[in-house]
Formats: sequence, C-alpha cells, structure tokens
Amino acid sequence: MSVYQKNEVVEVKTSRTLSLVVDNQPGTLARVIGLFSGRGYNIESLNVTEIDEIRNLSRISLVTRGTSNTIEQIKSQLLRIVPVHIVRDLTLEGPFIKSELALVKLVVKGANRVEALRIAETFRARTLDVTLSSFVFELTGKPSKLDAFIDLMRSLGDTEVSRTGVSAISRGDKTETKLLDQI
Amino acid sequence: MTLNYISGAEAVIKALVDNEVEVIFGYPGGAVLPLYDALFENKKIKHILVRHEQAAVHAAEGYARSTGKVGCVLVTSGPGATNAITGLTDALMDSIPIICLSGQVPTHLIGTDAFQEADTTGISRPCTKHNYLVKDADKLCEIIHKSFEIASSGRPGPVLIDLPKDIQLSNVKYVNKISKIKKNYNNNSSNIDENLINKVATLLLQAERPIIYGGGGIVNSGPTASKLLTELVDTLDCPVTLTLMGLGCVPNTNKNFLGMLGMHGTYEANLAMHNCDVMLNVGARFDDRVTGRLNAFSPNSKKVHIDVDKSSINKVVSVDYGIVGDCKEILLALVQEIKKLHNQKKIKSKTKWWSQINHWKDRDSLGFKQIGNNIKPQQAIKSLYEQTKNFDTYITTEVGQHQMWAAQYFGFSKPNHWMTSGGLGTMGYGLPSSVGVQIAHPKSLVIDISGEASFLMNMQELSTIVQYKLPIKIFILNNEWMGMVRQWQELNHGSRYSESYTASLPDFVKLAESFGIYGLRVDNINNLEATIDEMINIKGPVIADIRVEKEENCFPMIPSGAAHNEMILSSDDNNKDTSNEGLALV
Repeated sequence: MSVYQKNEVVEVKTSRTLSLVVDNQPGTLARVIGLFSGRGYNIESLNVTEIDEIRNLSRISLVTRGTSNTIEQIKSQLLRIVPVHIVRDLTLEGPFIKSELALVKLVVKGANRVEALRIAETFRARTLDVTLSSFVFELTGKPSKLDAFIDLMRSLGDTEVSRTGVSAISRGDKTETKLLDQI
Repeated sequence: MTLNYISGAEAVIKALVDNEVEVIFGYPGGAVLPLYDALFENKKIKHILVRHEQAAVHAAEGYARSTGKVGCVLVTSGPGATNAITGLTDALMDSIPIICLSGQVPTHLIGTDAFQEADTTGISRPCTKHNYLVKDADKLCEIIHKSFEIASSGRPGPVLIDLPKDIQLSNVKYVNKISKIKKNYNNNSSNIDENLINKVATLLLQAERPIIYGGGGIVNSGPTASKLLTELVDTLDCPVTLTLMGLGCVPNTNKNFLGMLGMHGTYEANLAMHNCDVMLNVGARFDDRVTGRLNAFSPNSKKVHIDVDKSSINKVVSVDYGIVGDCKEILLALVQEIKKLHNQKKIKSKTKWWSQINHWKDRDSLGFKQIGNNIKPQQAIKSLYEQTKNFDTYITTEVGQHQMWAAQYFGFSKPNHWMTSGGLGTMGYGLPSSVGVQIAHPKSLVIDISGEASFLMNMQELSTIVQYKLPIKIFILNNEWMGMVRQWQELNHGSRYSESYTASLPDFVKLAESFGIYGLRVDNINNLEATIDEMINIKGPVIADIRVEKEENCFPMIPSGAAHNEMILSSDDNNKDTSNEGLALV
C-alpha cells in the first residue's frame, strides 16, 4: 500500500426517489433502464405512465439506492438522455408522498377466510373479487404497509401478488408547470 | 396538386445540404437504394465509397475531427448498420459529432426477421448520443435537423437515424431548418458565474505549484479555446500537460508544455500532476489512462474541473470546483479575471516549482539509445516529425505502441491535426480516418502512423484511397508483433507471448504495388531519412514498411494499478510485481 493511500470513507447508501418527466415515445424507457444496467446502478422500483397527452409526456417514478456521489452521477447521466426533460430528486427536495398499489390474490378455505377479511379491513384493503376458494384484494399506500399486508396474506394461504411500483409527488404547492413550459 | 412534394430520400439529401454537409462516407445496399438514387442526381454532396461500414464511420470521424464539422455516414440495414457500431462507439467515447443514416426494412416488415433486418436503434442505443427510427414521413425533416443539433451541441457525439425504405419512397413536404432551436438538447445548462470564476482565478494566482491539464474538450470547443488556453498558461507561467486527445491545444514548442501525461506520459508531467497544489482540468475527464491508481492520484491538490458535460464532474475524481460549460467561454472569463486580479495581487513565485520540474525533466524520460543499424521506433517517429514539421501535416494513428510513440515523439503545434482513437482504443482506426482527413484537406500532408497488426484490420481501405487518388502516406512501424500486447505479456505475464505474434504478414511493398501505388521498405537506420524523404516527395499514396527493433518497449510507463509517482522508465525499473488489483486492470 502506498503512503498516499487515502482513508477510504465508507459512505452510507441511502434510498432515493427520483421523479422524471420524459417524452412518451418508444425507446425512452429502454434508454433510462439501459443507463442503470450499463453503468451498474440499481433500480429498486420503477413506475411509468403517460401524464400529458397533448405534450406527449410521461412520468417515470424511480427508486434507487446509492451513496450521495452515485446518486449525483445518476441524475447527471439521466439528464444527458435527450428525451429526458426533468429529473427531480424528491428525497433531497423535501417532504413528499410515496404511494403504491398492490393486487393480492389469496387462495383460502375454511376459518382463514374470516381472518383474511379481518386483516383486509384493518388495512383498509378493498375486496375486488370473491370466490368460494379465493379473494383478490386491492391495497394502496406506502410500500412498507403493502409489504406487511402481503406477509400476513402469505401466512394464510397460496398468494399471487401484482404491484405497481412506487408513484411519488412532492408535498405543498410546488409544481413543475414552469419547467414543463420550457420543454 | 402543385404542392412541393418530394420523396423521403430526396428530403433527406436536401436536409443534409441544408445542414452544410459536403461529404458523406458510405456503402450502398438494398435498404438505402432510394437514398443512393437521390444522391445520384445531387451535385452538392460528394459521396465517398468506402470498403467497409466501420471505415465509413472512422473516415467521418477523421473528417469531423480535422475540420470541426459534423461527419456524415450512410449505411444500409442489417450488416451495414452492425458494421458501423464500432465506429459509432468510438465516436461516442471520443465525443466526435457524427450523423449516421442507416437503411431499414420497410415499416410493415419491422419485427418479422426480414432479410437484412436488425434492431438497429436497439443495438445502437448505448453507443450513440441519441438515435431515431423514423416511422412517420412527416417528421423526417424535423428529425434530421434536430439530429445535427444534437450531434454538434454540448458534448458532441454520434446520432443515428434509421430510415425504413418505405419512408425513403414516400412523399413528403420539405420542412426547412428552423434557424434557432430553442431547446437545450444537453440539459446541462452552464453554471458560469462571476463568483465562481473569481474564486478559481484567485486560487490559480495564489498557487505555488499549479498545473493545467487539458484534453479533447478543448479541440471540440474550437481553435479559439486552444489560443485562450495558451494565453492562460503564458499569463500564469505555469506548467501545462495535455491528454492524448488534447495534443496540439498548446503548441509543443511552448516552453511551459511538459508533454503528454498519463500511462505513457512524460515523467515530468506525471510527477507535476502528483505534486501540484492546484490542478486545473480543462475539457478532460480523468480517464483511467491519465489518473493511474485513483486513491493515489494527486493527493494534495485543490482541483478545478471545466467540462461541458456535467456528468464528467465528480465522476471518478472529486473536485473542489466544477465549472459546467463550453471551455472557450470559461477560459475567456478566466483569462480576463486573472488579468484583472493580476494588477491587484502578485502571482506567487514559481521558481521553486519550476526548478523541481526541471529536475524531473533532467531524467529525460523519453530518452532512448539508437545503437547499431536497427531502427528504433522512437527514432522513426522523431525523424518523421523533423522531416515533416514544415508541412501542414495531419497525423492519424491506429492503436498500440506506435500510437504512444507518435504521441510522445511527434510534436503538434495546432489542434485538429492529430486524429487518434483514445477512449475506445480501436485498432484499425487510422487508415480510414486518414481518408476522411485527406478528403477534407486535399492539399495537406496526411500520414497514418500505423503498426502492422492494426493496419491489417482495415487495410481494405487501400482500395478507397486508390479510387479517390488520396496521397495518404501509410507509415507502418513493423515489428511483427502486436507490440503493446507483447509488452504487457512481458511485464505482467512472465513473457509468455500468447498469440501476440503477427504471423503470415504480407509483403507490404508488393501489397502497395498490387494496388498500383508505391511501396517502400527500410530496415537500416542509415536509410531512414532518405526513405521518409522519398515517401513525402512521392505525389500519390505510399505504404512505407519501416522495419523497426522488434522487442522495443514503450516507456515511460505507469504500470497498471500504480500511481503517477510509481512510473517506470525502462524494463530494469520493473522490479515490483504488478499487484493483483493491477493485473485485473486493462
């Protein structure tokens, strides 16, 4: 080891929620995902939908994990992608809301059916489908709440889960209108 | 109907003309026949027929790098497009503005595994700055205009436009180029502000051991940036070093120029980088060839980084000040601020710093001994430089030892005169690149400094050279080895020379003659100068087979995994085994 060896500071990796506004066109999502896989970054959650039909824009809500340096790199790299217009770091910006929707199918018979309904009620899950041997519940909220609900359901019977990934927005009256007008 | 409808293909060509394209490098095929038909009628664009699509992109790179214009390429679908990928990646890594038009099967056949179909936009996505698949003929013109804007603005790069054959044949209404496009395609808005410039200027003025390290971004910013950099260096009277891509931005004759830095940079440049107290990086990106082992890179300096690409700042080396923007604007602001401050503050004396640097210079890290009659490759480049320095000489290179020797021993007094594959390290770059350079500068002396192995990679371009009567001089340092591979095997792998010998070489003189051009060969140092003279004086293209010392190594060198202050100047210095981490590095 050289005498010049710097003391490596072990930096903490934190979870960050990014909100992107991108052109709604083929290839944009591939570019964003390709950036993460090509440069070795992680995607923990991803959610994409059109948000503005007239201007043809989509929002990508993305949860990633890394040191603050890595996150800064990710943001700068994302901005290099031509159809990416806005990159917001919601975690850094201030208070924000993170929400996700889950559809949970539970195959269950006998006494556990009552337990399943009781838990669903406690979590304020909606029952979307019922048969004599199954339920489909719909639940929205923080990912951690969804995790807890799904864990409980799993202990009651065979489950199938479909989740949307996190959708996020900042609290307060701040909007992107001005930024969007510059596109 | 008397509306001015033209075919998609005609619209493409018209759009190219509107974007000031004069030359296009390409190769025809089924999916681009309508475009070739439109070119047939056109008088404003000269088409250069290459012999391989990779060469088309390299030629366009040479054209772009030596002129500052956008290079233009036309290839067919499928294999045409996939062959172009290496060139596009090369252009992306070295930030060269390229427009690549590729043919595609008609839209209704996309996705059916049609003949010569490839997912070109999918394949080229990570190796272009941006790409388009044109599915709507109405958007064709707008996409082409935008592509030129994207390729040439901010940090330049290649843009590919995939053109299905039915779009080329459809009727479109031509849309003119909008004189000024509002959108900033690079999103990274500049953060130049007076306060920041003032801080950096003060830092530079107060530095006791400053160094400026410049890169290819200065070339991309235009000749003014190079002049401003030289002015900054002269004002501060501080040492300056350049990366492989930046050579020529400060004249090699400038007394403050320490030569190239990095893996095969000079001892004084690397030691000055290691020991400086303030480092100003202009348009370079702390590439691993430059930094050596990162955790030992210039440990005690304040660092300032000027780059047009925000993501380059703090990517591998954390800096104290990052300035995002075009380096000519920033350099101008910096030079003005320094001149203003200069009247108030005294520049710190750098006598001690310079005497330290001169002490390092005394090691003569580029020194070599020419003994006996065998030609040392270093001497071959030195002689080539001496004998061509009064011409307007453009140098292209391939990749390997000869490239490093060219960078070390050839002197560049101006930017845009040195074309080499830096980031990607593409063997076979130099010969096609020289085609583009010679097309752009028909009256100048264009030399491809090559190695015999690299030359074999794209030697089909001899045919192009002959067809267009391009008087390119191909200067092959022939040591019958993939020299850099052999050198690494010697240093890191116990001299086990696995597959690095270039067997079954052609007779280069006969090869030249078979194309109807001159071939020269020299193997004795006493005939070297005469051979170079003859090569220069021949009007047409020449292959000069320079038989050099076979097992010469390229020094000085920072062994892989080592730091700037752990350079070795000769094989005798290589007494430390390469670390395990170092062995894993490329």
